[in-house]
Amino acid sequence: MNASEPPFLRPQATVMLSRVAHSLYWMSRYIERAENIARLLEVNLQFVSDLPDARASSPNLWEALLLSTGGRELFGQLHGEPGGQAVTEFLAFDLRNADSILSCVYAARENARMIRDQLSLEMWETINELHLLLKASSASSDWAANPAEFFARITRASHLFQGLTACTYSRSEGWEFIQFGKYLERADKTTRILDMKYHILLPVATDVGGALDTAQWQAVLRSASALEAYRRYHVREILPWKAAEFLIFSDSFPRSLHFCAGQVDEFLRRILGETAARPRSGAARSSRRLLGELQSLTIADVLQRGMHEFLVEVRTGLVAISDEVVATTMFYRAESALDEQQQQQQ
Amino acid sequence: MSLLPSDYELSGFFDEMFTRPEDGRVRQHYQRLAEGLAALAPAEFDRRRAAVDAAFLRRGVTFTVYNDAQGTERIFPFDLIPRIIPAAEWRRIEAGLIQRVTALNLFLDDLYHDQKVLKDKIVPPSLILGAKHFRREFMHFTVPRGIYVHICGTDLIRDAAGNYLVLEDNLRCPSGASYMIENRSAMRRALPQVFARYGVRPVEGYTDDLLRALLHLAPEAAEKPTVVLLTPGVHNSAYFEHCFLARQMGIPIVEGRDLVVRDARVYMRTTAGLMPVDVIYRRIDDDFLDPTVFRPDSLLGVPGLIQAYRAGRVALANSIGTGVADDKVIYAYVPRLIQYYLGQDAILPNVNTYLAAEPADRKFILENIERLVVKAANEAGGYGMLIGPASTREECARFRAQVAAQPRNYIAQDPIQLSRSPTWCEGRLEGRHIDLRPYIICGEKTTVTPGGLTRVALRRGSLVVNSSQGGGSKDTWVLQGEN
Repeated sequence: MNASEPPFLRPQATVMLSRVAHSLYWMSRYIERAENIARLLEVNLQFVSDLPDARASSPNLWEALLLSTGGRELFGQLHGEPGGQAVTEFLAFDLRNADSILSCVYAARENARMIRDQLSLEMWETINELHLLLKASSASSDWAANPAEFFARITRASHLFQGLTACTYSRSEGWEFIQFGKYLERADKTTRILDMKYHILLPVATDVGGALDTAQWQAVLRSASALEAYRRYHVREILPWKAAEFLIFSDSFPRSLHFCAGQVDEFLRRILGETAARPRSGAARSSRRLLGELQSLTIADVLQRGMHEFLVEVRTGLVAISDEVVATTMFYRAESALDEQQQQQQ
Repeated sequence: MSLLPSDYELSGFFDEMFTRPEDGRVRQHYQRLAEGLAALAPAEFDRRRAAVDAAFLRRGVTFTVYNDAQGTERIFPFDLIPRIIPAAEWRRIEAGLIQRVTALNLFLDDLYHDQKVLKDKIVPPSLILGAKHFRREFMHFTVPRGIYVHICGTDLIRDAAGNYLVLEDNLRCPSGASYMIENRSAMRRALPQVFARYGVRPVEGYTDDLLRALLHLAPEAAEKPTVVLLTPGVHNSAYFEHCFLARQMGIPIVEGRDLVVRDARVYMRTTAGLMPVDVIYRRIDDDFLDPTVFRPDSLLGVPGLIQAYRAGRVALANSIGTGVADDKVIYAYVPRLIQYYLGQDAILPNVNTYLAAEPADRKFILENIERLVVKAANEAGGYGMLIGPASTREECARFRAQVAAQPRNYIAQDPIQLSRSPTWCEGRLEGRHIDLRPYIICGEKTTVTPGGLTRVALRRGSLVVNSSQGGGSKDTWVLQGEN
């Protein structure tokens, strides 16, 4: 090589377009959402099949599922009274429901396609294959033949995606947006899984702590993939407040609210460049406040405040955090950004 | 696998793999391919073909057919039998393409400055000044480094004797280079043994050459220039290619809405604020680039972009206004332009073209119209065109009258011939027509990627290779040696 010739340098893609950040964030959220809905449906199906006949036919459980996923109103308009088959189809395949598994996978894939150049080949292939699986003409017969297996495939695809992201994606700003979106969505879904129990109104007070109650809490834990982790932690039995405590406060289980809020806070601070002890942005303040609560409250405080009320409050906090990050990094006004940059340079 | 079915059609056209009908032997440079294929059972061949299709679908190597919520995407059908070009044959093609694009760049520079070519009456001024793609707003504008066409895709065909002819030049936003590279990677996986027996020149250097040419355009002031690819967006049929190229070059892919112009400087919106942009590889037509200058209804472009371009603060590849030189009437003049600017004979001839404006040609057209294809100068998309052999006596008569009345408006060509290549069609090999689109990049120097996109008309007898009309593609092997 000629010594005088400068080495051929590729322009480093160290900056991230706002649009790309937006797509990464939503791609990650939609994958996580699809996985959670798949798991909820799978658990609910199994739970119902374990119940004595009279209870199984009760629309209560399906109603609770709709209430906790937030699709009750739309379902009512489309179908009326909730039944097992209709609710499952609504949550799995209905494209009119923006939160159905199918809608989520399409949206995740469309976001991924828009930023195909930013993803690793492995990540893109996994999303694309999941999309092809659900789009295939055999999808509904596969599902009818073995729903549990069908939902498990979706969950596995999401896990594969997350594993591949960890193995093949650079720890760059894009990674921060992916993780931020994932943990935010997961925290939201964990509040909804806990809320489901609230919506299953028990017929008589004596049922609390009874066999059915235990079975329901077991289902709640399974919906968050938390049953085994819980058992390792509390060996003896499944106690309602212990289960709730575990899903809210565990500092090591990766789907607990506390754990997710910690990750949200971590990635949010990296994204916004919040290094000081005292946060500068509204998003970081909201996040710190939420994390502080989850670090300091006890299950007794939560029960006193009312579990449902507490969960709604957490969800509202998450929405505020998400909105602020989106507004600061993605949809700012060009003039004000340029002014600020020029100020900084002087 | 029996290579040559007894009814394999060899007459009438040049076959890439087999010699003339009298003997029907495998050409020297296809010998090793023939041996490799003979060792494969048809079922195994079919299995590998299916595996390639599945891989394309999984990897999303697709083009968008139309827009809907589910995004209807198709794979570009791929045929496993490669087209093979020996080294000497390629050297001629390469020299011919470089000569052609060099002359076209000189022509564009002249058109937008002194217009000597018009004053010297090489090209009639009426053809240029009234042309749709002539951008008079850019007269006397000096493009960065004086290069108008940075990326050129020139379509070649072969006549009955096997001579390469130029069918058309694409000087605006030629597409397909990503398929050239993806086809190669598919081929390596599908027929690794056959591939390894040949010394095939790599095509992967294309994206490096392209990036070099783009960096070459950066304004002097830019120390570490930022190059971006501007795409119309995810619904564009070539979106896969835009992503592919941006990814291979390691540059951001942007949409119009990602860019803003302030004080004649182009910026992209990033998560950390606005970042200046120096070079734009645009995959958007002139008309859509800037709604304040061209089409006001365009949502794809960037308001103010042209202002920044004029101020020399950002470079565009390809430059604005190149379309005037890939017009089908200008095409007829390219051999003369080569002569005029370079003082050379064209190495790669055009399809035989007659200019009605010239008395001898006009006489020939009028006398032979039923054997010719006649095209109107200012029409596109098959309008104002007569295919003599497929037309009625009345249609021919009508065109004869039009040509006689307005000779300047018409050209005529011999009906085109495309060579054939054995192609896998439902379990057996059949001859199908192919063309070749090599890619030429003009930067500090002009390079031709050894290979290109060979497109194949999959319908029997069809001469239409476009992907929208049942066309597929093949890998193109340019050899290090002769066989």
